[in-house]
Amino acid sequence: MTEVLLEVTDLKKHYPVRAGVLRRQVGTVHSVDGVSFCLHAGETLGLVGESGCGKSTVARSVLRLVEPTSGQIRLDGKDITHLSKTALRPHRRSMQIVFQDPFASLNPRMTAGDIVGEPLAVHGLASGKELEARVARLFEQVGLRPDQMRNFPHQFSGGQRQRICIARALALGPRLIVCDEPVSALDVSIQAQVINLLIDLQRQHGFSYLFIAHDLAVVAHISHRVAVMYLGRIVEIAGKDELFRNPRHPYTQALLASVPIANPLAKRLTPLVDGDVPSPVNPPPGCAFHTRCRFAMERCKTERPALLETGDGHQVACLLNEGTGRSNTIS
Amino acid sequence: MADKSDLVLDVRNLQTVFFTNSGLFRAVDDVSFTVKRGETLAIVGESGCGKSVTALSLMRLVPDPPGRIVGGSISLEGTDLLALDEAEMRAVRGNRISMIFQEPMTSLNPVMRIGDQIVEAVRLHRKLSSKEAGDVAVEMLRLVRIPEPARRAREYPHQLSGGMRQRAMIAMALACRPALLIADEPTTALDVTIQAQILALILDLQKELGTGLVLITHDLGVVAQTAQRVIVMYAGRKVEEASVEALFAAPKHPYTRGLMASIPVVPTPGIAAPARLNEIPGTVPSLVRLPRGCAFAPRCKLAIKRCEAEYPPLADWGGGHLAACWRAEEVAEVA
Repeated sequence: MTEVLLEVTDLKKHYPVRAGVLRRQVGTVHSVDGVSFCLHAGETLGLVGESGCGKSTVARSVLRLVEPTSGQIRLDGKDITHLSKTALRPHRRSMQIVFQDPFASLNPRMTAGDIVGEPLAVHGLASGKELEARVARLFEQVGLRPDQMRNFPHQFSGGQRQRICIARALALGPRLIVCDEPVSALDVSIQAQVINLLIDLQRQHGFSYLFIAHDLAVVAHISHRVAVMYLGRIVEIAGKDELFRNPRHPYTQALLASVPIANPLAKRLTPLVDGDVPSPVNPPPGCAFHTRCRFAMERCKTERPALLETGDGHQVACLLNEGTGRSNTIS
Repeated sequence: MADKSDLVLDVRNLQTVFFTNSGLFRAVDDVSFTVKRGETLAIVGESGCGKSVTALSLMRLVPDPPGRIVGGSISLEGTDLLALDEAEMRAVRGNRISMIFQEPMTSLNPVMRIGDQIVEAVRLHRKLSSKEAGDVAVEMLRLVRIPEPARRAREYPHQLSGGMRQRAMIAMALACRPALLIADEPTTALDVTIQAQILALILDLQKELGTGLVLITHDLGVVAQTAQRVIVMYAGRKVEEASVEALFAAPKHPYTRGLMASIPVVPTPGIAAPARLNEIPGTVPSLVRLPRGCAFAPRCKLAIKRCEAEYPPLADWGGGHLAACWRAEEVAEVA
């Protein structure tokens, strides 16, 4: 886990808000507002945050499915931020995505086999008998039977459909798979099947996951490192064990305290934050979390804290933790 | 057991079916349970297990056709709801028994001010002037901790955030101080920090008002943190019932046990995280073609010949811990 596969530097994605007859721009949605991270080969980086925090936009920008406003994306050391469509094409093979909704992301008029084989055909990597054999192998890898290749998406259950999406993502032998809430639409007992499959496939193939989810427990289970996002920025990033043992950002602490634990003896449903996430159209100045933070100081309203290393690869963007390397926000 | 007068809800052998083109659909099959004053009963299960249809049956809101309650009784504060005609039921609904849904945006009227919607609910059941009802509405919004309730009462649903809308729904549901509140996945559409706020609010109000609560959820974490008693449903049947402590300490049904082992947990000091999640193979069966015996048998590691042939009865395994499994005694050792 030494080689850096993906490096994102100061990524920003702003959307204009238009109104009126002349569609004049009246504001800007700061969907992603200066996000930097790196992802190593064979590693899973979890990206968590609440709705509207920009985690999905980060995922899509990395794949160039949305064009970033500014910043840099380097895949395998090569800057792909501004590559043209044709120049990007060979790189597309090494990055794939699995979406949340396995009902919406499969073409209902194609057979499962055609769906999984399409990337191979499009990139001219296989055809005819060979294509069929490779698709059959992919089906087996994700726990489907090759004879199901001729079935249409509606003949599969939700969990099986997500397996088809995973097989399609695997087809080109990618080095990076972005998973955008891949298990959120699935039932609990099916969710475990898909999570286990994702982990097994990573062990076999050694690719990296950028794993986006709102469910902290799922992210904790699958990730090696976890980044917490709030209103378009990463507020904390650390190794999984470190983050959950020693959360330093007040928002991470609030997030962890809000997760209901499946153990009636560990009663601790303590909402540590009041109110709602502010609108990303006009995010609060300074630290975006200061409006809900228990520890907010005068400085937090004006100064935007930088994401600083506090030791052991643990980075926090909070003025309370600035350079101390110690947690002083645990109550 | 508890004093009879303490009982808010007594459901016996409830059966709700749907008549569809592909056949008869037993959505709720022979389900019984009770709720006491101030008690929280959680109903858990996966999609299609019948938990939401159970809730709709309690409210007598099952769409007919295609659905119909074909058996059993639902007694709310001693009144059999199934014996009431529609006009009588309307007097009970929203008054003695209320419900909040998963998606507040679809259950609020988008073109009516929040305050007016509460006023409407209140005046339907209580003889109040519109001025008095307006005061009740603002008071209810204050009770659910909406800041500046008087101003918010004049706003429309789209002007509120998701969490605020769910608070407004709760205010409306509790405006007539019902004996029983049904919450069907009340926090599933909300972010986790908002979920914690809403759950804490529901529990506080329940304590304050003494309301009985039926909480329907798929989230075992929510169950553990809120309920006193739990029933687990699978394919339309109640497969297990126990106090929340007993259920989490020693589940008796292989399905419950499998479910618990399949959820990932947030690493917490003192609770070891599993290296690998347990999988329950296969998927939930179609309710149209249920196996003759136990519906879980095809997915069950413990299944024996008898499970496929005969449906196991709900048996008491001590202290009111009910489970419908032929091999319940061995579950703890084997699974």
